Amino acid sequence: MIKIDRVSKRFPDGTAALDGVLLDIPRGSLFGVIGRSGAGKSTLLRIVNGLEQPSEGEVSVDGVALSSLDRAGLTALRRRVGMIFQSFGLLANRTVAGNVALPLELAGIGRSERDARVAELLDRVGLSDKADAYPARLSGGQRQRVGIARALATRPDILLCDEATSALDPETTRSVLALLGELNRELGLTIVLITHEMSVVREICDRVAVLDRGRLIEHGPVEAVFGTTGHAATLSLLGEPA
Amino acid sequence: MTGWFANIVWGDIGQATLDTLVMLGASLALTILLGVPLGVLLFLTDRGQLAQSGWINRTLGVVVNILRSIPFVILLIVMIPLTLLIVGTSLGVAGAIPPLVVGAAPFYARLVEQALRDVPRATIEATQAMGASRWQIVTRALLPEALPGLVSGATVTAVALVSFTAMAGVVGAGGLGDLAIRYGYQRFQIDVMLVTVALMVLLVQIIQLGGDWLARRVDHR
Repeated sequence: MIKIDRVSKRFPDGTAALDGVLLDIPRGSLFGVIGRSGAGKSTLLRIVNGLEQPSEGEVSVDGVALSSLDRAGLTALRRRVGMIFQSFGLLANRTVAGNVALPLELAGIGRSERDARVAELLDRVGLSDKADAYPARLSGGQRQRVGIARALATRPDILLCDEATSALDPETTRSVLALLGELNRELGLTIVLITHEMSVVREICDRVAVLDRGRLIEHGPVEAVFGTTGHAATLSLLGEPA
Repeated sequence: MTGWFANIVWGDIGQATLDTLVMLGASLALTILLGVPLGVLLFLTDRGQLAQSGWINRTLGVVVNILRSIPFVILLIVMIPLTLLIVGTSLGVAGAIPPLVVGAAPFYARLVEQALRDVPRATIEATQAMGASRWQIVTRALLPEALPGLVSGATVTAVALVSFTAMAGVVGAGGLGDLAIRYGYQRFQIDVMLVTVALMVLLVQIIQLGGDWLARRVDHR
């Protein structure tokens, strides 16, 4: 579904954030991308929804190359690719319901349809009673649930998670991951999740790719990658001596 | 001189207060109307922002800085030909408004720019990731999120405008400053001076309290 074809990203100062990454992310998978900070994970994710352009290579979603899209095409793509963030990215001056409604407003969807969809989404993430609260009044876990509801508003088939649980405590992390797993199973949502935490990948991912200094080290089913005697970088991520 | 407030003609004071309020209201409204787009442009065209453009940013920056570095008393005088062109007179309340706006808008634009910088980058990126156009990012995310900063910036600007309107009295603009200069200073009527100054102090207090209250009300961070 998402094809990342020999993608490189170089910054003006010559350093490479990504170096020839080749990955195929199948539909309906819960795909983990793991690596230390600075490994290029965030850049990869931002290239997938067109927030950044690769220096070389091509990303395509369902066979459509991102580089072939004009502004309107990119907007349409972003509506079918939801994204959640480590720092949530909620609008502080909008209520919970207002935040979830925003992507629908941007898409020009009318009031009554919007309200119904927002109610449905808040129910889905278990925050119906917080509709009129402002984000500052919520816990981290609740904020990320609002982020998830917002990302799902335009009924995307792909959800990108940028260190979505890194700011949360272990228990909240588990409940947010459980929600992501549910969405994956029930809606057939393809989820790409980047993280530096092995436990996150172990908990919910079915496939994983290991990035190190912009290069793809290895990838495959989680048991296979974490089970092998493996690559030095993978082992060091696992906390075992290389 | 009999009694403390012998020289005071309350009708004149009332008229002068009204003139000051009209000058303040009109110039503040126009300052916000010009300053917000100017501040948004300064912010968006800066390096690494949504509409990065070196030459637009530098040109605007230079113009804003030049206008901000001219002392207001001088601006009042050099603006006279332009003021005549715009409102047909360089005198009275109407004649004061163009220089007031030209003096205050660049100042407010910088405060707007700063308020926009304080909006977290993640908020802008999240909005972008939802498929928002640049116009939508500005109107649905940036400006509403920066609203508390825009309000407190407008409060600071309004207070500066009160002292600008008083200076405008020098070129015959009317208002409390004009009264203070003509009666208080030129005719040495200390009581008139005191009353006008007290009224201006009161005005500034009201603006500050009102502005602070409004900024708190719109701030949900």
